[in-house]
Amino acid sequence: MARQIGDVIVDLQNISLRFGGVKALTDISFNVKEHEIRSIIGPNGAGKSSMLNVINGVYHPQEGQIFFKGALRKKMEPHEAAEQGIARTFQNIALFKGMTVLDNIMTGRNLKMKCNFLQHALYWGAAQKEEIAHRIKVEEVIEFLEIQDIRKTPVGRLPYGLQKRVELARALAAEPHILLLDEPMAGMNVEEKQDMCRFILDVNDHYGTTIVLIEHDMGVVMDISDRVVVLDYGKKIGDGEPDEVKNNPDVIKAYLGTTH
Amino acid sequence: MLYREAGQFKATYAEDSQIFPIRQDKIGFWVLMLVFGVAVPLLTNEYWLKAILIPVLIFSLAAIGLNILTGYAGQLSLGSAAFMAVGAFAAYNFILRIEGMPFLVALVLAGLTAAAVGILFGLPSLRIKGFYLAVATLAAQFFIVWALVKFPWFSNNSSSGVVTAQDVTILGYTFATPEAKYVLTFLIVSFMALLAKNMVRSSTGRAWMAVRDMDVAAQVIGFRLMRTKLLAFAVSSFYCGVAGALYAYTYIGTVEPEGFNLDLSFKILFMIIIGGVGSIMGSFLGAAFIVLLPIFLDNVVPVIFGDSLGAGFVSNFQLIVFGGLIIFFLIVEPHGLARLWQIAKEKLRLWPFPH
Amino acid sequence: MQFFIEVLVGGLLSGVMYALVALGFVLIYKASGVFNFAQGAMVFFAALTFVGFQEVLPGWLGLEADSSVVFWLAFLLAFIAMIVLGIATERIVLRPLVNQPHITLFMATIGLTYVVEGLAQMTWGANVRGLDLGIVDEPIAWLMDNYEIGVSKFDLFAAGVAASLVALLALLFQYTKVGRALRAVADDHQAALSIGIPLQTIWRVVWAVAGFVALVAGMIWGARNGVQFALTFTALKALPVLILGGFTSVPGAIVGGLIIGASEKLAEVYVGPFVGGGIEGWFPYMLALAFLLVRPEGLFGEKHIDRV
Repeated sequence: MARQIGDVIVDLQNISLRFGGVKALTDISFNVKEHEIRSIIGPNGAGKSSMLNVINGVYHPQEGQIFFKGALRKKMEPHEAAEQGIARTFQNIALFKGMTVLDNIMTGRNLKMKCNFLQHALYWGAAQKEEIAHRIKVEEVIEFLEIQDIRKTPVGRLPYGLQKRVELARALAAEPHILLLDEPMAGMNVEEKQDMCRFILDVNDHYGTTIVLIEHDMGVVMDISDRVVVLDYGKKIGDGEPDEVKNNPDVIKAYLGTTH
Repeated sequence: MLYREAGQFKATYAEDSQIFPIRQDKIGFWVLMLVFGVAVPLLTNEYWLKAILIPVLIFSLAAIGLNILTGYAGQLSLGSAAFMAVGAFAAYNFILRIEGMPFLVALVLAGLTAAAVGILFGLPSLRIKGFYLAVATLAAQFFIVWALVKFPWFSNNSSSGVVTAQDVTILGYTFATPEAKYVLTFLIVSFMALLAKNMVRSSTGRAWMAVRDMDVAAQVIGFRLMRTKLLAFAVSSFYCGVAGALYAYTYIGTVEPEGFNLDLSFKILFMIIIGGVGSIMGSFLGAAFIVLLPIFLDNVVPVIFGDSLGAGFVSNFQLIVFGGLIIFFLIVEPHGLARLWQIAKEKLRLWPFPH
Repeated sequence: MQFFIEVLVGGLLSGVMYALVALGFVLIYKASGVFNFAQGAMVFFAALTFVGFQEVLPGWLGLEADSSVVFWLAFLLAFIAMIVLGIATERIVLRPLVNQPHITLFMATIGLTYVVEGLAQMTWGANVRGLDLGIVDEPIAWLMDNYEIGVSKFDLFAAGVAASLVALLALLFQYTKVGRALRAVADDHQAALSIGIPLQTIWRVVWAVAGFVALVAGMIWGARNGVQFALTFTALKALPVLILGGFTSVPGAIVGGLIIGASEKLAEVYVGPFVGGGIEGWFPYMLALAFLLVRPEGLFGEKHIDRV
């Protein structure tokens, strides 16, 4: 394999997050290393999505510190996370419903586009060149994810599985360092899941993208992850390589109930 | 059978991303431009120009403005008329108070003034959404009209704020006849419509639509909410401001702040609902529809129901038809006339062999 | 000081009238998530229908115009008209638009506003009419004599009506089966549907109740200012009240109404002269807006957390 697991790129230390009186995350620490596939698993309501939201600045934890590429990260807004190369897909698809597949994916390039609205208004010279240069990049992603035939379709009309794929395309178009995937295979059939697994592994392999993945399908998680962290009721109960986690008694308890 | 794209292959992305990628559309567009730019002013009479064509163009521009804000950026506004008022009065004051101010420069400055005011009233959009924001734009509507009436400086101390637009002179030529005013309006509106179309089909427009469709995802992908929303308010108000200035200078001639009331704001909103929310072409269709409908009803209602009913009946009937149409379009075709046109074109592509 | 109290009390009492209109908004918003811009038009429609019947009934029935039979019959007929209007709205406007974005529904109610205004004037004509509830708009003598504070009898009566109306609604919500169903629907449409609450029936009930509230508001406003087209603008007065109080809170509507009423009168009297007067038109909006920037969910609204 070409890829080599690198240094710690995201380091979360003692993160606690509350909504009013509800504790979503309690004192959670773990890290993500460059180029790895890191999975977060846990029962429903364990705080997995909240964890991703903390990483890319949608939620701001009350306590704890986040180090990004070795530097302490102050309170950060989502668009700043995007500027630093964190891209994301959502549990409940968050595509821009009124736009075509192509436009949706083009939005992923926005941070790399430098023309201002006046240049756009004239659509002449630099603005047109830029638009086309990025279109070429987007077409590469479209080809990679095999969605050429739907590029001009409004995303609202697409079936669920394809929407998930378009959302991944949009995230990939940003050429992220870190890709956060929130249940990318939820609600898919076996074939669609296989396709999605292949895409995730390919992205990781070809571009060296670090991937943080939330997934319920244990088979998938254990197959493709380098390391797995397990959450339950907002607390971390396990962390390590798939085999380690599989045999962790706390994890078994959380998933299967107490064994006697 | 004439409307076919078969044989027209796009070999580059530049060709694929044109405004009219299909040759027939392009030809159709230029024919329309020639008809409305050259033939219409030569052939029609004064009534058509003054009562229908000029207002349709001006309202189209205002509707494009509102469409940018509401249709593309998803921020509902009920204060478009107030921004038109800002534009009209700003243009008046720039021309009045600055010696030798060229008309076109005044027009741009009027738009910029409206844009500045628009940004100010757009600030609440950073914290509030949906109809909370709609209510906030009502604040703009009432406050601006009030301020224009109450502070006589804006209207050069005329009573109740009535001002008469100065002559429109560009490079020594005075646009006095309806034909000249129409052509000027036509050129300005066409140019600005092109700019708007370019904005909405590039990254700026995608930012607006992203914020409209799902603001959290838009942020996560790297759009800055504040910049995107405020830009939408600014550009939208700029368009409304220029429309307001044209309203005063090439259409009505004499305007008062009260003329830019809530009813006018609603009318512009109706134009985009009926024409097509999120469509530049729809703005034109909607404006034409809303301007023509009352004229149509005025002529048709007495014929059908007889003359005995009086003017009150016709105006109430108009209210009901207006309101009913809004509801009808929202239920049946939320994307308005623009969508119907698109469907018609798709049908035409297959006609006469739909299978 | 006396003057200040007089202005304050006058403002609070007119705030009650705003609250009356706002109440209709809150009811419909709670139950169906529709921000009903047509509430003002409904107030106008209701008041006009009431005086309209008051005019024609004596001729039809051969009664004296000021007989109480005519009054109550007209009231009943106007109420029935509002029920019919509510049911028609549910059937024609709301049902086809169910599950559409809130903004779409909101715009549909702007369309509804025009239809209702047109219908009202087409049926009854557009003349301004007086409406007599038998209460004179004059200061309460006792207060005037002893404290030199002018408080209008009429305003006090309006406040009393509003208070009874709120109490009535509270009882209806709290202790009847329909009320319970209504609260369930307000909480969660899907869940309410799944346990067999007939959503459409509930909506019809709510629109009918909102129609009743509009009728009461219309009669009081009409008695004060005459029954005329301007009644539709009561909706514009009620909007800032809703922003302050939150769209879903009945007490919010009342408190919001009082705050807006009092502050707008005080502002007009104490700030108005410095800027040329007439600031009542926009001051409530600016106040509500300033408030929103600090607390976007309103006084009594719930904080909303985006889940992704």
